[in-house]
Amino acid sequence: MGEAFSNLMKAIKAGEFVYTGELEPHKSADLTEVLAWAKMLKETGRIVAANVTDNPQSVGSVSSLVASYLIQRETGLETIYQLRASDRNRLALLSDLLGAAALGLRNVLALTGDHVKKGDTVEAMPVFDLDGTQLTDMIHRMVYEGRDLSGNEIHGPRPMFNIGAAGNPNAEPLEMEVLKLERKAEVGADFVQTQVVFDVDIALRYLDATEHIEVPILIGIFPPKSYGQAEFFDKYVPAVSVPKELLEHFKEFKQISDKEERKEKINEYNVEYFTEFIKRIKKKSTCKGVHIMAVGYPEVVSQIIESVEK
Amino acid sequence: MIVVKRKPLEEIVKMIGSAETVVIVGCDGCAGIYQEGGEKQVELMRDLLEMSMKLREKRDLNVKTAVVLRQCDRQICSTSLRPLIAEDDFILSMACGVGVQTIAQVFEDHTVVPAHDTLFMGMQDREQGDFYELCRGCGDCMLFETASICPVTRCAKSILNGPCGGCVNGKCEVPYEVRDEKAKIIETTEKDCAWYLIYQRLKNNGRLDLFRKYRPPRNRTVSGFPRRL
Repeated sequence: MGEAFSNLMKAIKAGEFVYTGELEPHKSADLTEVLAWAKMLKETGRIVAANVTDNPQSVGSVSSLVASYLIQRETGLETIYQLRASDRNRLALLSDLLGAAALGLRNVLALTGDHVKKGDTVEAMPVFDLDGTQLTDMIHRMVYEGRDLSGNEIHGPRPMFNIGAAGNPNAEPLEMEVLKLERKAEVGADFVQTQVVFDVDIALRYLDATEHIEVPILIGIFPPKSYGQAEFFDKYVPAVSVPKELLEHFKEFKQISDKEERKEKINEYNVEYFTEFIKRIKKKSTCKGVHIMAVGYPEVVSQIIESVEK
Repeated sequence: MIVVKRKPLEEIVKMIGSAETVVIVGCDGCAGIYQEGGEKQVELMRDLLEMSMKLREKRDLNVKTAVVLRQCDRQICSTSLRPLIAEDDFILSMACGVGVQTIAQVFEDHTVVPAHDTLFMGMQDREQGDFYELCRGCGDCMLFETASICPVTRCAKSILNGPCGGCVNGKCEVPYEVRDEKAKIIETTEKDCAWYLIYQRLKNNGRLDLFRKYRPPRNRTVSGFPRRL
């Protein structure tokens, strides 16, 4: 494991079980909403850092670099600056990374990124000069050798980044995913955040299979706000399956006509379900935290964390 | 081979404009072998153009035809076409983009236009009548360590450390797109994830060490164009 530059990495190194959140700036120059969200996450007092998405699903959005900086400046919440290799070549990536370092960002999540054909600008040229693993390699060299990929020197102090990589516990065959993670660790990934997992057995299986890599893993969870959302993940999100039991409970909640009562039941269930989920994965040695992607559902975040930590 | 696809007739007629004499030049190389630009197709093009000019513009078009052995060979084009081509002739090439440009280099003062869109280097599956792009000519072949499956061409992202998160059940997140002659997508079909195929084949060969290997970023200068050998 490299040095700890960010609060996130310092907490992981100190042996804390960490919680990260997720913020999704949109196709707009107005960041009011995302800043309000960031403030809510900060106020939980439990979220050590939040991811700021970069053109999620290849939908053109405001710069994640600018949004990350403004979130940190305006709310004091540390960010995990997401950076996709799909839209920039290595020169542009370097420029953005040096800019991010100058602005005090300390975490980067190095991603390959969805293909542009998955988004709203399908006519664009997909760049992919690098992939996520190579981007991790590049950032690691910037931080530890003070050089770019061509070996050119970066002047002045080296940028201080902790590098995150993506993992997918739902991937089949899992062996392929494990070998991929070995590569990412080899080139310097400091931590891993995973795709959403609903089934705790899938998370446990992944943690067991990757234990030898010894890279801190934050398992991704997404407490659903409604039956529709849970069903969406089960049916439409590639490779993600939602346990029947959870779906059936949400189906029952759907029948509750009183809105407030329904909301309360869903909250209660999510807290109960994910408390148990987190308590079980927490026992694994490489599981160092949870990445809670509760976009549009901030109230549940602190409830789940409080319930786990009490 | 180089895979080509004929442009819509209206587009070809538009390119010809007011030219009085058109020389249609076929190619017995890739375009001929795969029946897009051989003798038969050249004759068909002659009929189509003559009819089209009669119907649309009420005029006769003078058409001359030739099929050369390989339009990508400067000397062959020069030797075979010089006796045929007159000063004001308009040339329609039924080869790939290389053929069009080779003829244009030989006949510097003539207008040479393409009858085809040039697509890719590919393999033909005769049973289905399909062509698949398999090589991009990157100039840095790594097939010896990727189980003879090219990730540069067959992975939609051309990544070297795949598969990416878009691989689900061995399939790619970006499907094949079948387009009509106006380039409109008429059908999409599932595509295998190249890295999943590489993984499977290397696993069967007991060479997962090659899959696990970290591949550093490509040196793009090797495939920088235009190239010369």
